[in-house]
This record gives sequence, structure tokens and C-alpha cells, in this order.
Amino acid sequence: MTKQLMRGSHAIAEAATRAGCRFYAGYPITPQNELPEYMSVRFAQLEDATFVQAESELAAINMVMGASMAGVRAMTSSSSPGISLKQEGISYMAGMELPAVIVNIMRGGPGLGNIAPSQQDYLQATKGGGHGGYRTIVLAPCSGQELVTLTIKAFDLADAYRSPVILLGDGLMGQMMEPVIFPDPIDPAALPKKDWTLDGARGRDSRLIASLHLDPTEMEQFNWKLARKYAAICERETEHESYLLDDAVVAVVAFGTAARIAKGAVNRVRKAGLKAGLFRPITLWPFPGKELRDLTRTIKSLLVFEMNFGQMVEDVKLSVGEQARVHFHGRPGGIIPTPHDIGAAITKLIHRYGL
Amino acid sequence: MKKGFIRINSELCKGGGLCIAACPKGSIRIRNKLNIRGYHPAEYTEKEKSKNRKCTGCALCAIICPDIAIEVFRD
Amino acid sequence: MAKQVFTRPKALKDNIFHYCPGCGHSIIHRLLAEVIDELGIRDKTVGVPPAGCAVLAYNYIDVDMGEAPHGRAIAVATGIKRTRPDLIVFTYQGDGDIAAIGTAETIHAANRGERLSAIFVNNGVYGMTGGQMAPTTLLGQTTTTSPGGRLPLRDGFPLDLSQMLAVADGSVYIERTAVTSPKNIIKTKRAIKKAFQVQMDDLGFALVEILSQCPINWKLSPVDACKWVEEEVVKSYPLGVIKDTTQAQNRMDRMKRGKRAKT
Repeated sequence: MTKQLMRGSHAIAEAATRAGCRFYAGYPITPQNELPEYMSVRFAQLEDATFVQAESELAAINMVMGASMAGVRAMTSSSSPGISLKQEGISYMAGMELPAVIVNIMRGGPGLGNIAPSQQDYLQATKGGGHGGYRTIVLAPCSGQELVTLTIKAFDLADAYRSPVILLGDGLMGQMMEPVIFPDPIDPAALPKKDWTLDGARGRDSRLIASLHLDPTEMEQFNWKLARKYAAICERETEHESYLLDDAVVAVVAFGTAARIAKGAVNRVRKAGLKAGLFRPITLWPFPGKELRDLTRTIKSLLVFEMNFGQMVEDVKLSVGEQARVHFHGRPGGIIPTPHDIGAAITKLIHRYGL
Repeated sequence: MKKGFIRINSELCKGGGLCIAACPKGSIRIRNKLNIRGYHPAEYTEKEKSKNRKCTGCALCAIICPDIAIEVFRD
Repeated sequence: MAKQVFTRPKALKDNIFHYCPGCGHSIIHRLLAEVIDELGIRDKTVGVPPAGCAVLAYNYIDVDMGEAPHGRAIAVATGIKRTRPDLIVFTYQGDGDIAAIGTAETIHAANRGERLSAIFVNNGVYGMTGGQMAPTTLLGQTTTTSPGGRLPLRDGFPLDLSQMLAVADGSVYIERTAVTSPKNIIKTKRAIKKAFQVQMDDLGFALVEILSQCPINWKLSPVDACKWVEEEVVKSYPLGVIKDTTQAQNRMDRMKRGKRAKT
């Protein structure tokens, strides 16, 4: 369990390999190129691993779909525009209850945007970017070590709930090098057996994995099955971090890189005697709405801080309703806000309401 | 000359007529009476046992039938 | 007692085909099942059906099947085959599926020499959705989206995907056949069997393009539809072997290159 200094994208790739991922299909797009690069080298060292650079991000998600049907832990990664190309495939995987991990190293958008970090794909990730109203578990790391732990967790959740899982990073954490500790690698053969995969109808009836349900009553039944699955996920898998909230008068609500910057700002204003804290969702879906609502019994001012012009703020308002004032501070377009930037917003808020 | 005969499942048949065009002996025709699904199915014009059957059991009809509605027998 | 000489292949489920009268799809399904029976590979074959008339292929062909989004069958099949090279993986796609939306996936699978057997059913229209123009619609052919007949300036030319794939070094066997007559059907079965054998011999990408009649959307009787294929369609899509590098020469290359590199 030695500590290694590693770039974020490489940490994700290594963590996936140790989690027993044995199929990766990717495509070049900044700022996540280092992930497929690492995977091509790492998988070449393994007998049973397959790396494919696909002809498009769209082909890549469909290859992952096939590998998942064949029963291996499979992953693809891309950045914002490439993730848009994968949405149909993700919807099909939800519709076929196929596990897989999709990594989005977000960049500035919309459209071609730029290659700077952003959080502008929050709604796409958490509200089901493709058709049909499915949901995907969305994990939002905010440090190198969390890239490792949440990547591994993504594979476990994908298999546990037979569902695609999105790991939502951004260009900053993808490029940044930090010390990380890796757990011991998992042997894929030791993973729980899957009795639904396509491996040839030897001594059994042939199997079908499909999302087509021409009969609406069948389709409705399947939808309610998904609904029950999603309810169970909300019940069991919601995760968040609270930082200095016990005596706080204002809570910054932020995830990922924005949360990390906000933590710096909270420490900064604390030194100036202002009582701020941070509420950091780790699962963006299921959103920790209940935990946030409980918080508003003591804290009446929330400052949602995102690297976009306001997306998670909608979920915050949905969760707290009238029980707290919800303010917003955002920097879209790939701007990397500074602790000073958000610190000033906190200070202004506290003075304005005399908190 | 070897003889044979065929049996057409009139409920599987959709009346496409490909077998009629393929049969070198002209031993198949379309039946007037509709089948359960509203098609005019094909029917074999000869008796299975009759001596002067022209059918040789060549199976061209069965090969081209899209619905595998024809079984072919050779004496 | 008379002997039965023609039987339903075992690899076909007992369901009644939903296809229109005279449609070529169910003939191809039977041939596919016969090939699977004869090669004895029913219990290690995985099929990837298309989105289109044959999306319900899994109701008929009794092997493990995984459904792909429209156009992506060969990418899904790549994922399956690369993960389980011991399985025999085939795709079954219509012309819209493989030569319109799925062109990129198909060309690159061929270019990577994916060990797959692709069945490409060319009936010149988008059948399931009601007969719209496809990449393979003939010049002058009327469809619901090429009124007055396909015009090059408006609608482009009939696309010959098989020729395009032949140029990709990873493809080793490409043949175009038809299911419009017993003779052509027998040739089609031989081609499908070879496409599977090429995969089992680990030689490279194999594809069989099958000209198929679509009476309902061509507004022709099944017999006339078959005639139309053999008189008109073959002018733009001539039958025959388009590429076959599977002889000894190719096996020698394979030996030199060594077993297919793992990744």
C-alpha cells in the first residue's frame, strides 16, 4: 500500500484495472487522452485484458455494451462532447440492465467549448442524458485518492445494480498529479458469477439481452422494475461529506473541484472569524437531498457554488424548498475559480444577512 | 424416374407463390379457400400415392419457401 | 415408406415468422440456422441482430443474442468477440443499419480485421419503417422518400459498401449473393458457411451481402420482386465473390504474423 504520485487520469485507469476491469474502449479527446494512453500500456501487460481504440466515442460505448453482455467489467472514458455521443448507448445499457463504468472528464462547453475544466455536464449526467428517463449512479470525486476509491466503487455499484455508472471528473483533476494509495488488485475470476451473460447456450436455453419491449404492458413492467431499482439505490447509496457545518451560519454546497476550492475558501473565511462550512455531495445521483434538508434546520443560508451557470442549484432548491435561502455563485466556461473568488462571495453573503 | 411428394402446411403458408414459380413440374397452385390468417395458401395438386405424380421430391419449392411451410418426401 | 428430405433446422425456434409474404429475411434465417447446425456451433454462437425488420431475429434463431442500437451491431459484436474470442459471433444487419448509420463501425471493424461474420441483407429500402430510401436504393427507384425515383444530385448514388470493405486489409472474405431462386439460395448458404469458417479459422473479417426481395415495400408480387432483383438490382450490385484472400497464401501470412496479438 505504497503512496504514488500520479496524474488523475492515470489513477482512474490503474484503479479500474485493479477493480478487475478487463475491457476498455476509448477515443482521444482532451483533457482525458492520458486515460486511454495509460490503459493501452497497462492492458498490454495483462493476458486477459482488451484495449480497443474505437473509431468514435459512440462506437466505444457500443463495444463496452458488447463486452458487458459477455460478462466482463468494462469501461469507457471521454470528455463532454464525447460523452454526448455515448448517450444513446448508455440509455440502451440502462434498458438492458448492463453494468459498465463511463468516465466523463468534463471540459468547457457547450459545443466544442474548450479543454479547460468545468462542471457543465451535471444535468446531462444526473438527469439521464439519453432518452427514456433512466437514471445512472453518478459519483463525483474531488481528489486523487477519491478518483481511485470511487472508480473501484463505480464497478462494484455497476455490478451490484446491473446499471451503467458515471464517474464525473473534470479536466483539472484529470491532469493534476497527487499522491494516491491503491488497494490490492482484484482477480476478475474471483468476482461473483453472473448468470445472465451471453456465453453460448451450452446445456441451457439460449439467452436474450435486449431493450425492445413492443408490448406496452411489458415495457411498463420493466419501467417499474427500474423505478424500484432506482428507489433502492437512493435508499442505500447516497453519500456526502460535511465539513465544519456544526456551527456554520452559511453552508457552501459544491461538488468535485468546486468543493475543493470551496474548502479553501471556508478555511480562509473561518480565519477571519466567519462561520462557514461545506456540504459536498459525493453521489450526484442519488442526490443527498434529505441530508441537505436536515441541514436547513440549523443553517438557513446555502451558497451553491458550481463551475457552470447553475445546475446542481436546481436539485438544492428541490430538496430544501422554502426552508432556506438558496444563493448561487458560478463560473462556467472553463474558468478555474479561486478560494479568494468564492471566499468573497461567502463574506458578502454573511454581511448582507448579518449572519 | 424417382417419385416424391410434398406436404404444404396451409396455415404457415402466406401465399407468396415462390414455390409455384420454382416447381419444375407445375405441381403446386394457389388454393381458393383462405387460411386462418387470411392468405390464399399454396396447395400440392397431386395425390401422394398416385402413380402418375410428376413430383420428384427435388425440394426446390421447400428451398425457396420463406416460411418453411413445405415438407418434401422421396419414395 | 417415403423418406423426408427437407426438414426445419434445429437451430430455428418454432415461432411463426412475422415477415411479409415472400420476404428474403426468413430464408436467410433458415440458412443461418442450417449453417449453425452443420458446423455444430449452436452452443458457442452469439448473434447481434439489427434494428429493422430483422430485429426480431432472436425470436427465430436459437442462439444467445444481444441487441444493438441501430447501426452499432458490429461495434457491440466487437466487444463480445474481443472479450470471448472462443465464441462465434455474427451480426445480422439491413442495408440502412450497416451502410448508412453503421458505415463507420463497419469499415473500422473490417479495417481492424475483427474476427466477425457479418450478414448484410440488402433489400434497397428501410423495410420496417415503411419503405424509405436506403443507401442501396437504385437510381430511379421510387420509395416513400425518393418520390419520382432516386436522383443522384438529391439522393446520391447506390452505395457499394462491400467494395469499400474489400479495400480494408483486415477483411478477408466478402461475397454478394441473393435469395431470389433456389440456385442463389444454395450459393448464399455456402457463402454464410464460409463466412463462419473464416471466423473459426481466425483469418479476419468476413461479410456476406445478400440481395433480398422486399415485395411489400417494392409494391411487387414476391415472384416479380425476385425477378426485379435478378434483372435490375444485380446491375448495380453484381453477384459473386468480391474478395477472398483465405487461400493458403493468407494462412502463410497468418503464420508469419503469429497468433493474433492479444490486445
